Amino acid sequence: MTGSSSEARLITPTMLGAWLVLATVPLWINAIGLYPYIGVEIVIWSIYALAFNLVLGTSGLPSFGHGAFFGVGAYAFGLTQFNIAANLWVCLAGAILAGAFAGLIVGLLIAHRRGIYFALMTIAFGQIFWTISVKWHSVTGGEDGLLNILRLPATFGVVSFDISDNETLYYFVLAVFAVVVMLLWRLVNSPYGRILSAIRQSETRTAHLGYNVWLYKLSVIVISAGLSGFAGGLFAMAQRSAFPDVMNLAQSGLIVMMTLVGGGLVSFWGPVIGVIIFLIARDVIGAMTNAWALYFGAMFVLLVLFRPEGIAGGAKLLMERWKARREASRVLSSAPRSG
Amino acid sequence: MALIEVEGVHVRFGDRVVLEEINLAVNEGELHGIMGPNGAGKTTFFNTLTGSVKPSRGRIRLEGADIAGLGPHAIARKGVARSFQIMTLFNDFTAQENVMVALPAFRARGFDVRRAVAGDSALADEANEVLASVGLGEKAAISAKLLSYGERRALEIAVALAQRPRVLCLDEPTSGLGTDGTTRLAELIAKLKGKLTIVAVEHDMRFLFSLADRISVIHWGQVVARGTPRELQENPWVKRSNLGSFG
Ligand SMILES: Nc1ncnc2c1ncn2[C@@H]1O[C@H](COP(=O)(O)OP(=O)(O)OP(=O)(O)O)[C@@H](O)[C@H]1O
Ligand SMILES: [Mg+2]
Repeated sequence: MTGSSSEARLITPTMLGAWLVLATVPLWINAIGLYPYIGVEIVIWSIYALAFNLVLGTSGLPSFGHGAFFGVGAYAFGLTQFNIAANLWVCLAGAILAGAFAGLIVGLLIAHRRGIYFALMTIAFGQIFWTISVKWHSVTGGEDGLLNILRLPATFGVVSFDISDNETLYYFVLAVFAVVVMLLWRLVNSPYGRILSAIRQSETRTAHLGYNVWLYKLSVIVISAGLSGFAGGLFAMAQRSAFPDVMNLAQSGLIVMMTLVGGGLVSFWGPVIGVIIFLIARDVIGAMTNAWALYFGAMFVLLVLFRPEGIAGGAKLLMERWKARREASRVLSSAPRSG
Repeated sequence: MALIEVEGVHVRFGDRVVLEEINLAVNEGELHGIMGPNGAGKTTFFNTLTGSVKPSRGRIRLEGADIAGLGPHAIARKGVARSFQIMTLFNDFTAQENVMVALPAFRARGFDVRRAVAGDSALADEANEVLASVGLGEKAAISAKLLSYGERRALEIAVALAQRPRVLCLDEPTSGLGTDGTTRLAELIAKLKGKLTIVAVEHDMRFLFSLADRISVIHWGQVVARGTPRELQENPWVKRSNLGSFG
């Protein structure tokens, strides 16, 4: 975490910097050989990874089936659009509600578990949701998925923005991302966030301090699942479709890897860093070799072995060392010389 | 009526019976010592009293109301705080944060997501006061994992006190402390004595016999001897069992 003064802020200097840099992406993304759509993907997956890290990094709950919530949100966005109302806000609300509801069902069945049992149950539920998405053909379209999902216009009262091309869509998801980051930053630094962190450190002690650990775990699973569903909804809109594969075990594993590689266990921004590195590696290394996932996997193994705190954690460590050295040299140079 | 009444409490793990039948009463404001050999089930008794282990038989009453079978958070909310024999402090938190989350004022806001903790000086001040009362006033900003062993023991007690408990359960508070640390802890507990009800498991006989109003000896899953320190020193069973020298 950064200093306590930024913890109390709603908007931190780091946030402003990140938003500014991200806002310039469409200006130079083509020049470095990438394309605007990857920006859309990065921002949406960043929302997903931040939502996921609420469970993994903040609360210490190992969830390996989070793709289910992302996927449920994606389908809910499409189904709301086809069956209820072709309105962006209604569809996104549908995605959040569907994700949160799936989270509630899973949470009710696993919130009393800990550690490996918790992890195994999340895998089992992830598989169940994936199977449903493949088999329930009449609703989900099975393996063919839901096609022809529209990028609906963003309406604010009388003004309406068309976000159907990649650049405007990018600015839309970036604005959404900014709001999500603000809310999550406040959440993790609130009393509620502190208790989640306490639960990560010791469930037993937290319970003996008078906190209903079960209710906290259930609530954070629901919040995380709702936000993951929201990201899934955005993704369905961006892709103009929803497929079962976002729910499979490998995809659920990906979000874990991205979060850990970036340093989600020690840093708020870790998951975002992980997403950026992963998606860029996918495209850059992927253009050179089909075995890009192998390289990313190898990187993951090395990181877990040597830098379990991830990239953000490593950077933090370097910063601290650098500060300590600067401090030391200042003390040395200001020390009176003995004559 | 005693504040805590334990009647016929029986605890087993699988087919291993740890507590056969515990009967014990603690009066309001009393400092009640518990002793017994290693593995006698003293910690298990605390776990049962504070809700993390459910007894398979028996009653535990707090002010007449049965609390056996309630979860740890429910019992904590009734004003029963405990320290742990094996320290499980929140290592990623500072000393101040460890104490802060234990405050009833913090607990009342546990589901609050609107305000940041960092800007709240009322919570910080209250936590610092508790830290000062156990001699950790200077250590508020230090991460718990960087504290010395003795400081961690003190923090363990600060966390329990921060809950503003009616009943304080201490599981071997002096363990690992040197003579100085033990003396300071004895002074602190002497100051607390009478203000709240204390149940203390302790191996250090000198410590326990100088502070306790009454002592219960747990052995073979039962309370095999009980009484004031003076009565216990005369107790033939205690004398024979070589539980420790009384200085
Ligand atoms: N959760 C558990 N499952 C199985 N056995 C347990 C459990 N908790 C405690 N025991 C067993 O119960 C017995 C009593 O343990 P307990 O920790 O209560 O003893 P103690 O009197 O506190 O000992 P010490 O003085 O060493 O702290 C031990 O044999 C221990 O192995
Ligand atoms: Mg013990």
